[in-house]
Amino acid sequence: MQRVFPLQILRPHRISPENRGKMKAIVARSSTLRNVAWLWLVATAAVLVVGFRQAIFLAPMEETMGNLQRIFYYHLAHAILSLIFPYVNVAASLAYLYWRRRDPLKALSADALAVASAEVTVLYAGLCLATGMLWGKPAWGIWWTWDARLTTELILWLLYASYLLLRRFSPNGQTGVLSAVLAVFAAVDVPIVFMSIRWWRTQHPAPVFGPDGGGIDPAMVPAVLWNLTGWAMWGIFLIGLRFALERRRQLAEQEAALLALEASLETPQ
Amino acid sequence: MKYLGYVLEHLRKDLRLEWRSRDSINGMLFFVLLMVVVFSIAFDPAGYPTVTRQISGGILWVGLLFASMTALNQSWTREQRNQVLEAQRMAPSPASALFVGKALANMIFVLVVEAVLAPVFIIFFNLHVLGDPWLLALILPLGTWAIVVNGTFFAALGLRARNRELLLPLILLPLSLPAVLMMVQATTGVLTAELDPIYLQSWIKQLAGYDVIYTTVCILLFETVLNAE
Repeated sequence: MQRVFPLQILRPHRISPENRGKMKAIVARSSTLRNVAWLWLVATAAVLVVGFRQAIFLAPMEETMGNLQRIFYYHLAHAILSLIFPYVNVAASLAYLYWRRRDPLKALSADALAVASAEVTVLYAGLCLATGMLWGKPAWGIWWTWDARLTTELILWLLYASYLLLRRFSPNGQTGVLSAVLAVFAAVDVPIVFMSIRWWRTQHPAPVFGPDGGGIDPAMVPAVLWNLTGWAMWGIFLIGLRFALERRRQLAEQEAALLALEASLETPQ
Repeated sequence: MKYLGYVLEHLRKDLRLEWRSRDSINGMLFFVLLMVVVFSIAFDPAGYPTVTRQISGGILWVGLLFASMTALNQSWTREQRNQVLEAQRMAPSPASALFVGKALANMIFVLVVEAVLAPVFIIFFNLHVLGDPWLLALILPLGTWAIVVNGTFFAALGLRARNRELLLPLILLPLSLPAVLMMVQATTGVLTAELDPIYLQSWIKQLAGYDVIYTTVCILLFETVLNAE
């Protein structure tokens, strides 16, 4: 009688019993980790409260735009972070490709980090676009314009949304590899998009920070920094939470595969 | 040199297969012809010659992009019949040679389609090129390669996916957006002769850079995709 082993499900991570124990240790529901997560969440909330107070009540009123400008503190933080999280994604994807054959267990962690950071990137880029539109309607009179930065941010959002779609559509067992490859392509694409679109047109307010920026009132700096820190902490929290969730999903999948394998071995001849 | 031999062997095989069936080229040709007709009806080019000149670059590339996508999926399904792809994976020749051969073959198919399409396009859109038409001979192959190299790669990537017909445009289009921008700007610049030559040159250079970068990335990562599991 020919026996079919559900090895297909196990690839690329064939697990030996000691590795299984190791894996459990990594993601076991450790109380320390949970406490750290709670502390982090409380700290994030505290920083966000301070940031909100700074942005809405303490920062001085902007000269021409008035209170409308206050959305900038929220918008800027999301814009900057949505450009940083893709680096986490591509680093995790490259790590996945490197470890895939050498150390499958580490590769699985890297894959979980990649999907977590991609999802948060889509979220932050989406929020950046939404707040930008809310600002654009009263300030420019239009919701949207095909300006360099807006277009770049939109394409960034599209790229990582397509990454998530690929994860959804790709066949079992290949999700990690295929999406890691796409992550590399997306990371290569972002600078090209940025350069080509800048050639195309520019309407967004000129950069405020940096050598050719106009700079801001020193009294606004605390609001910028508190909000940036707060939303960065929130993003890291979301990535961590999603990472833990994805790890548990992976473990449950392995557990199920292993059970199926054991059951097939016990079948009487 | 040996690598080149492998590439040529793959290319020859793909061309022979296509010569015997002529599936891709026939499908693409008719598809593009239909696109031209549909766009002509939708935009009424005879009535507005200036507007037509301004938008025809975009229409041409959109048509070619969609048409090549229909052919790109087929080019790999061909390899799936009789487990040819499994044999390719076991073959000692480098995996990227298979990719380069396939991409070159697809490039040739799309170029043939373009050669047939160009006169039809000019007739239906009443086009009168105001710039230097010889520049198009540079822009068209560069733009085609930009579509084909990524398209061939992602068609292979989505080969075993559940709904691969849908998956290819979903991941190819966002990635190709900068290339589409470059080729459309360059083509429109030539057609209308309104673009500063320095800008035109810059778009062509950027397109060439895009081609070089993505060809490199595709060749480096193809083996990973072929042996993904």
